[in-house]
Parts: sequence; structure tokens; C-alpha cells
Amino acid sequence: MSCLVIVEHDNATIKSSTRNAVTAAAGIGGDIHLLVAGSACTAVAEEARRIAGVAKVLLVDAPHYADQSAENLAALIVAQAGAYSHLVAAATSMGKNVMPRVAALLDVAQISEIVSVSSPDTFVRPIYAGNVLATVQSSDAVKVVTVRATAFAMAGEGGNAVVENRTAIADSGQSKLLSRDLTVSERPELSVAKVVVSGGRGFASSENFHALLEPLADKLGAALGASRAAVDAGYAPNDFQVGQTGKIVAPRLYIAVGISGAIQHLAGMMASQVIVAINKDPEAAIFQVADYGLVGDLFELLPELTATLS
Amino acid sequence: MKILVAVKRVVDYNVKVRIRADGSGVEMANVKMSMNPFDEIAVEEAVRLKEAGLATEVVVFSAGVAQCQETLRTAMAIGADRALLVETDVELQPLAVAKLLKALCNKEQPGLVLCGKQAIDDDANQTGQMLAALMDWPQASFASAVNIVDRKATVIREIDGGLETIEVVLPAVVTVDLRLNEPRYATLPNIMKAKKKPLEVLTPQALGVDVSPRLKTLAVTEPPRRAVGIKVANVAELVARLKSDGVLA
Repeated sequence: MSCLVIVEHDNATIKSSTRNAVTAAAGIGGDIHLLVAGSACTAVAEEARRIAGVAKVLLVDAPHYADQSAENLAALIVAQAGAYSHLVAAATSMGKNVMPRVAALLDVAQISEIVSVSSPDTFVRPIYAGNVLATVQSSDAVKVVTVRATAFAMAGEGGNAVVENRTAIADSGQSKLLSRDLTVSERPELSVAKVVVSGGRGFASSENFHALLEPLADKLGAALGASRAAVDAGYAPNDFQVGQTGKIVAPRLYIAVGISGAIQHLAGMMASQVIVAINKDPEAAIFQVADYGLVGDLFELLPELTATLS
Repeated sequence: MKILVAVKRVVDYNVKVRIRADGSGVEMANVKMSMNPFDEIAVEEAVRLKEAGLATEVVVFSAGVAQCQETLRTAMAIGADRALLVETDVELQPLAVAKLLKALCNKEQPGLVLCGKQAIDDDANQTGQMLAALMDWPQASFASAVNIVDRKATVIREIDGGLETIEVVLPAVVTVDLRLNEPRYATLPNIMKAKKKPLEVLTPQALGVDVSPRLKTLAVTEPPRRAVGIKVANVAELVARLKSDGVLA
């Protein structure tokens, strides 16, 4: 038995969710190898070989892997798949894009967003927006798995794996990246932040959302999140969305402000250690999952909270 | 150009699902069913492309039990021209659906396939990507904007860090995200018209597709419940509680 974990990176550093996927792979058992496919990405391979528990790093360095397009990356993973019982990636937008393609090319099922490993062929995964946990068993020869990062610890440092160069496959030419417009922020990344401050439609405008939430987030060293309603209304960019189809977060402290608590939102933050809800509606569903609920006007309470923390 | 749209009949997004008393699965009896919300966005997008003169025909596909016909009628009320149902009582998993879609793509030769990015029941997020793989077509998942020019699609994708724009050669599979469009409400005249639109019923056998499930569900359980919280009186009490819990310095 052996696992190949797909490393997600920007050709310079590894995305932390890859480390959570490595921990999931360790739970499956057997050797853990990492695949680093990118362009001028030697630094990534060097970082990958130092992750604890990793036996080998496969490095494929070619210009057409720079963007990790689904077409090129899936073909490459399939070419390496013969040696492995499990192909594993974090359930990020990259993993979700690529791994189903890999599975179909191998004629096997893909197991999405597992939250625990019961045995090498049996996994637990949430369905129905996390309202149900399904334990599923795969009969396929190769298990293609994506991993919910918040459900597994991050693998640390201490590895000393060998790096092997592997040959690239020809560029499919089917897809071309034209541009990337990434949110630049001084704040911690939403999916791994220790504290998350999220806002909803209660803010009533983009100006209010930023003017009231950002000072609090700054005080707490928190990442900013948002409900779907707030994103749809244009208060926050899409990558702020916490929920069933957005980001899944599990910080030590999650503060939901002006968020009613649709099940689709709860699906994204239920695993948080401590949940605080601030909402003017005492009947809001968010209070059913909150450890501490504060009923009142966010326009008064939020500045007061920020001031209290000074 | 013909557009094929895949739609799924799922438990309505407002329903709080319950596990059957015997733990064998989710209670489906007397539960409101609807079109998967992402698929509705896919249908809307296809119809808009047709209205803009970029597509000639919108064919909508579903697979599953006979009641999926209702879902297909809803899609035709939004504006799809005709429907294909692959009828089966077998539990369909994403790979099987992708294979059914492949068989129909070979038959129908669409220039573009639109799917919702995920179904809100199994939350798999796989079928579109799998179809693209089986057809050896490019894919553009999680689309928040689609532009078609000269046999190419430029697609803005919602990714973890923000947005990216890619160009794919058609035919391609595009899976749609929430912010691509806001689906219209079907009007009564259009609902009536949809009843007369052609709906062809096929079987997996006739298409030569083995739809047997690859994953076996051993158990379904409720996630652990959170302990009931408390209401605090004011900001000072909130801060004191968070400090005593050790989550605030």
C-alpha cells in the first residue's frame, strides 16, 4: 500500500492544506510520496521533502504545469498512478477540480472531502451540507480521495525524503490561463486562521461590512469571512464565503455577525471550537449553534466589542 | 451550437434532512424534491446563451427515477428545448452519470455541456470533471462568468484565492457556481408550453452503460451535536467568557 499526495503550491511555497492531506494519508498507511508538478518549482520540492512522514518526492518541472491546469495535471497523475493504491489531495478548489478527472481516467470512483479514515478502503464524508455523515467503502483498485483539511492536523517538519525527477507529459493545449485575480490581504488565510470574523447581510452595505468588521479582525489577528448573502450582495469577494459550497473553516474562535445561520452557512463553520453570534433577531438559527449569543444591533455592539479589546 | 445541460433531482435545499429510523439512509418519503440549485443556474445560462444567439438548441438531461421527468419539465419551463431522461432505480454515483452523459454526448454532439458544480445531496462535486475526462475535453469548473467567442469559451472561475480567467477550446464542460446568474421564475405560459416539449426516456442498458455503484454506503449517522450555548447580556460578559475559555488573550 502506498499513497501519492498531490502537492498544491504556487511554484514557490506549499499550500498548508497539503500538509493536512499528508496526515490523512498517514492514517491510510503505507509509504507516502508527494507529487510536485510545477514550473521552476525546485523550492517547492525542497519544502515537500522536509514534511514529516514523506518517503519520496516526485518532481515534474515543466512550463505547462505552472498553473496546475486540470487537463495537464490529471494526465500526469494518471501516468504515475500505477505504483499507488491511493491518490490523495486536499479538497481545495484545485483538488476538487483535478481529482474527479483523475478518477474518471482511471475508471474508479472519487471519494470527496473525507473527514476521517476508517480503514484503507473505508472513509467518512459529510453529505447534505454536513447534516449527515456517510461511511463509504470503495471496491476500486485505486482509491482517489480528497481530504477536508480542517478534519486533519497539519503534518509538521522533520522529513528527509529523496527527490526524484519524473518526465513531463506533453501539454494538452486544451486550456489556457489568461489571468488570476487573487485577493491580497495582510490577514491570515481564511481556511487556516485561528480566529475568523464573518459578516452577513445584516451589515446592509459593503462600506459598513468593511468599516465595522476590519477593525475587529485587526484586533484579533483574524481572517475575514462572509455568508453567501453578503457575497451575493457584493459586500465581500467570493473567496470570503464560508459554507457548504465555499470555504470550510474550523478556527478556535468564530464570530458570526449579522448572519442568520442558513444550514448552508452552518455547514462551513460548525466544526469551530467556540462560536459567537451577534444578531438582532433572537430567533436567528445561528444562535442554535453558538456557544455565546449576543442579541442586539451590530452597529452598536461591534464598535463596543472592538473598543473593549483595545 | 447545441448545449447539453445536466440536472439532478435532489431534496429541496430548505428541507432539514433526517436519517431513517433504521439508519439505512436519509428519509426520502414525503420529502419535497427540487432541481439542484446549481443545475438551475446551468439551465438558465444555457437559455441565456441561446437567447443571445450563441446556441441553437438547449437539451436537458437527467438520470434516475421516473419522477426526474418533473425536474426536466421545470428545466424546459425555464427555456430548454427538449429533454432526455435515463431512467433507472439504481443508486447513481457520479462516475455512472458521467458515463451516461458521455454516451449522450457521442450521440448528440453538443458544443458545450453545462452542469452545476455540485449536487446539494451528495456534495460530490465530480460529474462535470469526470465527463470532461471521459470525452477528453477541457473543463472549466466553478464558473462565475462564461463568454463564448469563435469556438472558444472564456470562463471566470471562483477559486480559493479569488478568481481566475481561463480559455478553453470547445467542446468543453463548464460547471457553474452560484454567482453565474440568477435563474428566472418560470411563467405559467412557459410551464404549460414545457408540458408539450419532447421528453425522450432511455435506459442505461440501451446506452450500453454499466451504472453499478462503486462505493458502498456502510452507515449514515448524524454528526455530533454542539452543546447548547448561552445568551450573554452584553459585550463585557462576552469578552469575559471568551477570556475564561482561553480563546481570547
